[in-house]
Amino acid sequence: MSSPRRLQYSLAINEALHQVMELDASVFLIGQGVKSPWYVGNTARGLLDRFGEARVIDTPVSENGITGAAVGAAIAGMKPVVVHPRMDFMFFAMDPIINQAANWYYMNGGSGSVPVVFWGIINRGGAQGAQHSQAIHGLFANIPGLKVVMPATAYDAKGLMIAAIRDANPVVFVDERLLYHLEEVVPEEVYSVEIGKGCIRREGKDVTVVAVSFMVHEAMRAAEVLAAEGVDVEVIDLRTIKPLDRDLILQSVGKTGRLVVADVGWKSFGMSGEIAALAAEEAFGSLKAPVLRVALPDCPAPANGVLEDAYYQAVDHIVGTIRQFGLVC
Amino acid sequence: MQSMKSEFTAEFLSDLYRQMVTIRFFEESLVAPILNSEIRTPCHLSCGQEAIAVGLCSGLSRDDYVFGSHRSHGHYLAKGGDLRAMMAEIYCKATGCSRGRGGSMHVIDQDVGMMGSAPIVAGTVSLAVGAALAAQIRQDGRVVVSFFGDGACGEGVLYESLNFAALKRLPVIFACENNLYSTHLPIRECRVSQPIYMTAASFGIESHQVDGNDLLQVLGAGRNAVEACRKGNGPVFLELMTYRLRGHVGPDDAIQGTHQDIRPQHEIEAWRKRDPITCFERYLLAGQLVDEHTMASIRADVAAGIGKARDYAMESPSPRREELLRYVFA
Ligand SMILES: Cc1ncc(C[n+]2csc(CCOP(=O)(O)OP(=O)(O)O)c2C)c(N)n1
Ligand SMILES: [Mg+2]
Repeated sequence: MSSPRRLQYSLAINEALHQVMELDASVFLIGQGVKSPWYVGNTARGLLDRFGEARVIDTPVSENGITGAAVGAAIAGMKPVVVHPRMDFMFFAMDPIINQAANWYYMNGGSGSVPVVFWGIINRGGAQGAQHSQAIHGLFANIPGLKVVMPATAYDAKGLMIAAIRDANPVVFVDERLLYHLEEVVPEEVYSVEIGKGCIRREGKDVTVVAVSFMVHEAMRAAEVLAAEGVDVEVIDLRTIKPLDRDLILQSVGKTGRLVVADVGWKSFGMSGEIAALAAEEAFGSLKAPVLRVALPDCPAPANGVLEDAYYQAVDHIVGTIRQFGLVC
Repeated sequence: MQSMKSEFTAEFLSDLYRQMVTIRFFEESLVAPILNSEIRTPCHLSCGQEAIAVGLCSGLSRDDYVFGSHRSHGHYLAKGGDLRAMMAEIYCKATGCSRGRGGSMHVIDQDVGMMGSAPIVAGTVSLAVGAALAAQIRQDGRVVVSFFGDGACGEGVLYESLNFAALKRLPVIFACENNLYSTHLPIRECRVSQPIYMTAASFGIESHQVDGNDLLQVLGAGRNAVEACRKGNGPVFLELMTYRLRGHVGPDDAIQGTHQDIRPQHEIEAWRKRDPITCFERYLLAGQLVDEHTMASIRADVAAGIGKARDYAMESPSPRREELLRYVFA
């Protein structure tokens, strides 16, 4: 028997696009670099050859216009995926994403949904500085009418891309370039991962860590380190940050009584604060300790390596934060 | 290169030569350290485009303003920015011009009017217009140069900026360095074939296309543009035709090990023959304006200075961990 097929994260996205575009002629991919590996790695591999320039559209540097065009095409019945090779470039596209797509269905009283995927890639680190490494998922999650998904694994990358494309609403799909090489078993068939549902990556009874994207992997490593110290960590992978899987979080916190939120974005006014608020509002009785957060300090991304090291959060920060609970014997 | 023999002194021409060589040698000196990962910050080299930075900045005074892009080492040096501070920035050191926070894409030296550079394509164009607005309100006579590429002509903000600058007759020179590519896309895949300067002209802006590899042509067009701006007849748009001799980012365009330069070899070769520095050397020699011996000593001197700048950068301290939050607010 052959072993189950393994696939890289980036190629899992690629497979999702191949399969959905094959099945649904209304799906198309548009954005900078879709015909070149420069920007989007191998996520777009083979798409141009297979589906042609009409449905795999490389564009001039025109984020506002191109994103708006994707929104308009969605209003006109297509299912566009518009890619931004760095989330930083999406700031030029805020009007079509927020004013138009997010509000459209509601402000028009339910006529005309906008089934578009805004795909933005986080480019953490690499001495790239403030305008090339921003993670702005929290900002999008603040906007009513947008869903925001952030796959941490290859399996979810494929399943969430398919779900995002098939969703009737605008979905912001956020991935991280650092995850692109991760490989795992990915089913060959078409499947989707339900938007709005997180999952438990590791069960534990002492502390709940709610993490997204890159931080899920760091949280798993932290759990290993702490297991050796006798602390049993439960790791939740949110997968979707909006709508938030409240039940999953509350159930876990009800069990462990301790919560750490690990985000790839800034600390203030973002995802981690939202989850801390959820725990304060609805799990206050079961909390045995204050909610703690591991997130980026309120600072633009520095270029210098020493400062990057202080800025970006990883396994050590999660371990150190959990140790603050004083559970270590 | 047209003959302008009588117009400039040998001293002035030697200085222009020195500036172009400084930019070239500076950037070439980064190649090895980029390849061995000593330099981590992404560097967009401007090799081949030096005549534009030097030609335009030579018409500016120290007080005039320049705004750059992701490819601005040349703009910084031509405006008089401190070489050692930029080298240190590329090594992300505390002594760097952005104190190690910015890296190669954020070179700045406000003391000499290099007001800043940033890699968001077209992101600084409106800022340059704003600086021209400040100059107009204050009536301080300053002129602003906004450097951007052909790729930036895809962004809507450029056209908003052109219109507003035209409407208010702002003292700003829009310097579009058309190197025929926007990352992996040749210009024919970015716009229908029509010269960029004609688009700018349609906003009611004085617009010209210039051979960006011909230093003296750039210099002439730049001086005229500065004069127009100073007289209140701005803005001016210059489309400067050029070509980059190195990769979009880093020394070459090898990506993922397999993907070589997407530009046709014959095109690269043809532009290599039009290297702005060798063209200028030929002009200087042919007109007996500056001799080979002088040029050689300039080159040796520049190379030595760059070596010293590198030593300075290497010896400089890194910012300290505890200083992460410094400069978030003024
Ligand atoms: C808003 C934005 N979108 C996309 C990019 C990615 N990007 C960096 S440089 C570049 C091409 C710029 O081309 P051009 O303006 O011609 O300058 P050149 O690199 O040729 O000097 C692109 C698309 C970016 N930095 N900013
Ligand atoms: Mg260009």
